[in-house]
Amino acid sequence: MTAPGESAAGGTALSVRGLVKRFGAHEVLSGIDLDVPAGRVTCLIGPSGSGKSTLLRCMAFLEEAGAGTILVGGEPLGFAETPQGRRRLPPARIRAVRASIGMVFQQFNLWPHMTALGNVTEALRVVRRMGRAEAEAKGLAQLRKVGLEDRAGHYPAQLSGGQQQRVAIARSLALEPRIMLFDEPTSSLDPELTGEVLDVMRGLAADGMTMVVVSHEIGFAASVGEQVAFLDGGRILLHGSPRDVFGKPRHPRLERFLDTYLDRGAAMLA
Amino acid sequence: MTVDWGLLAEKLPDVLAASGVTVAVWAASAVLGVALGAAVAVARRFGPRPVDLALKLFVEVLRGSPFLVQLFLLYFGGPFIGLSLDPIPAGLLALTLYGSAYYSEIVRAGFAAVPAGHVEAAACLGFTRAQTVLRIQVPEMAVLVLPALVNMTVLLLKETAVLSVITVPELTLEISAIGSETYRFVEALTLLALFYWGLVEACGGLGRLAEARLSRFRFAGP
Repeated sequence: MTAPGESAAGGTALSVRGLVKRFGAHEVLSGIDLDVPAGRVTCLIGPSGSGKSTLLRCMAFLEEAGAGTILVGGEPLGFAETPQGRRRLPPARIRAVRASIGMVFQQFNLWPHMTALGNVTEALRVVRRMGRAEAEAKGLAQLRKVGLEDRAGHYPAQLSGGQQQRVAIARSLALEPRIMLFDEPTSSLDPELTGEVLDVMRGLAADGMTMVVVSHEIGFAASVGEQVAFLDGGRILLHGSPRDVFGKPRHPRLERFLDTYLDRGAAMLA
Repeated sequence: MTVDWGLLAEKLPDVLAASGVTVAVWAASAVLGVALGAAVAVARRFGPRPVDLALKLFVEVLRGSPFLVQLFLLYFGGPFIGLSLDPIPAGLLALTLYGSAYYSEIVRAGFAAVPAGHVEAAACLGFTRAQTVLRIQVPEMAVLVLPALVNMTVLLLKETAVLSVITVPELTLEISAIGSETYRFVEALTLLALFYWGLVEACGGLGRLAEARLSRFRFAGP
């Protein structure tokens, strides 16, 4: 477990301090402090509306927090604290910091007008200005990594959900990010397809990728996660190793949350 | 009444020259109209609020009055504000502005039809906003907006007939003149209708070709 301020062996890849996010009058995040240790898997769990996805989206700078800081490899993401106050950084500076972050979405968000290979190579060509041959070689290598080299010429509409999500992971990996963020990556997949995506994620974790995963897959969080944060009402209620968080005696709020999973399983069997 | 097609065949060279003017003005105003309309849509979507409101007014005004009125205002009213244009440039300008208002609404709907997540994915990968528009949003919306663009372009063709009132030497003016000259109005107007119909069909055919090519990815089976 890494408490805020304390570093893991590999250092801190990303740190969040005092993060506050409001949507109108509703405060979604009420002062979040979290360190993401490098080379480890951090899982964010919690009931819907707890703020876990919003926190992840803030780390990807898809949401702009109203207060607080996010440091990525020591560099401020989006906003810098200056003597004159909190200032938004110029777009180029924001893109530079974001370049070290990959994001995987619940809805995959592949571009439908491009093949699997096109999706993976597009950013290499457009953002990195790589030549076609080099980008395609790299793209194919990434597709091979997620087991989809033979689907390179398929459009997203021709792929299963699990395959689309693996292409989306390959698309992010192609830019060689230092941190990968996963926003409920298996929530729109049926259980059979969930496995193939989780396998790819396990492989990434084994390779030492720094990962932050928002997931309803409690089993994945407990087995692959090295750090678990349980969010409730915009705060991190529990935080530590899976053993610390899930071990008994459990916090009553977590117990209630986990019960909803058991209920669902029981209802299915009845 | 007898139909004298031979007489019309005699006038064919004049008619062909006039149809050249119609096609040229139409094509130019469609291309310029789409370009201006796209620029308006982009400025409204990404520009500051006052720009959006000003351009909304531009669109509403152009959509809110008949093309004939706009053309008269530009051609006869223009000189009062120092804008004296010959018939063809005046007609081209009026048609481009008129078309751009409708085209901009089509492109605006196209932007709205691209899922926000596809744009977020590009942002996460480090695309600039311009790169996202050009590489992701425009190609993705193209297949969605193409039928509407073709439809508007067909309407624009038929509005070129209105340019005859400011003496642009296009099809309608030329063929009406032949009608007056020969008192063969039925033949003349039938021929005129056939010309427009042929152009509309050609435009529709091009549109279907483009649609088939652009939409390969949507209908491809697994």
